[in-house]
Amino acid sequence: MAMSYDRAITVFSPDGHLFQVDYAQEAVKKGSTAVGVRGKNVVVLGVEKKIVAKLQEDRTVRKICSLDDNVFMAFAGLTADARIIVNRARVECQSHRLTVEDPATVEYITRYISSIKQRYTQSNGRRPFGISSLIVGFDFDGTPHLYQTDPSGTYHAWKANAIGRSAKTVREFLEKNYKEDMESDTDTIKLAIRALLEVVQSGGKNIELAIMKRDESMKMLAQEEIEEYVTAIETEKQKKT
Amino acid sequence: MNEVQNYGPERKIEFLHGTTTLAFKFQHGVIVAVDSRATAGAYIASQTVKKVIEINPYLLGTMAGGAADCSFWERLLARQCRVYELRNKERISVAAASKLLANMVYQYKGMGLSMGTMVCGWDKTGPGLYYVDSEGNRVCGDLFAVGSGSMYAYGIVDSGLKQKDLTVEEACDLGRRAIYQATYRDAYSGGQVNLYHVHSEGWNRVSQSDVLMLHQQYQAEKA
Repeated sequence: MAMSYDRAITVFSPDGHLFQVDYAQEAVKKGSTAVGVRGKNVVVLGVEKKIVAKLQEDRTVRKICSLDDNVFMAFAGLTADARIIVNRARVECQSHRLTVEDPATVEYITRYISSIKQRYTQSNGRRPFGISSLIVGFDFDGTPHLYQTDPSGTYHAWKANAIGRSAKTVREFLEKNYKEDMESDTDTIKLAIRALLEVVQSGGKNIELAIMKRDESMKMLAQEEIEEYVTAIETEKQKKT
Repeated sequence: MNEVQNYGPERKIEFLHGTTTLAFKFQHGVIVAVDSRATAGAYIASQTVKKVIEINPYLLGTMAGGAADCSFWERLLARQCRVYELRNKERISVAAASKLLANMVYQYKGMGLSMGTMVCGWDKTGPGLYYVDSEGNRVCGDLFAVGSGSMYAYGIVDSGLKQKDLTVEEACDLGRRAIYQATYRDAYSGGQVNLYHVHSEGWNRVSQSDVLMLHQQYQAEKA
């Protein structure tokens, strides 16, 4: 009956919380970890690959999606919800190019995604999206950006951040090890991998990594390349201890 | 009955609207020059019409065709441009502004809007000049003249632009001369020549000269 759709699901509690939004954030905390690092000339997104069943094709589960030539994102939470957001964002990137004759800035598309999420916290019969996303890329003028959005529809810019399972641990690691204006691309990539290794079991083969250098398109690193970085990291660790 | 259909090979020729407006890019920006006569048939309704619409401090729009259509839509464009600025914390590009205007009027295509305008400005890619009309045309260019007197204006500007690297002074004189010549031959153009110069800091109003005064001035120069 149409009547059941005219009541809002997300309403305020007596102490000012939007419980549905809070619960959505719990769903995000159950998702696999994603980490993002903004370097000076490269932006990196890494995700924890979920362990697939023996008969399942590994390649169909992609948690890092490109939104346009200059922006890509990773998410944590409900994969189905993320698919919707990614589709809308991709269309909006092209619409922006059509009406403004310029690629969308990372901030613009982040703002767009956040306003979709907010709309769903204030609509009849709808529940909030159960995802947080990390959106990275370069603007038209070459500045790198990393933004994080959450189910409530807020967004913030970050130098490095993590979302999903054990996000707190990873974030603390990043806070300890992030250096301002990392010139070297390798250092930025290594930091993302090291951060993920803190929480991912059994090392390199459960990590998926994507990088984007200024004026280049997004590149997913192959398994061998990731293994190379992991080996280099292990060697450095041995040297220190 | 032999009714002239307004589509197909027998369609009525659209008359250019009673005005002369022109704009051209040069190395120091964009020159925008317009006349100021408004006609209702053979009656001169006004000699002091403002045919340049100041969209914002760095964007100008010209008016040719229906005065109400032009000023209404360009004011709406000004509002959109301001909202863009507030949302995106940077000025709108000339390409985007002209695109917004073109998309707005395209929805009314075939419903009788009459507007031929040039959107002129300076953005981060340099000087910008677009011609937008109510038929849905939107073209980027270095030189446009719009209106019933446009052919006369083209003649002057085309010959004057042959020499490269005009100074601001020379470019203004060229624009002024072109509009004057158009008003000399076209009955539907006249009044004053309003001249604007768009540069990297925005636009400024260079001069407003009565065409009859200009006539005296040019005659004196000839002698």
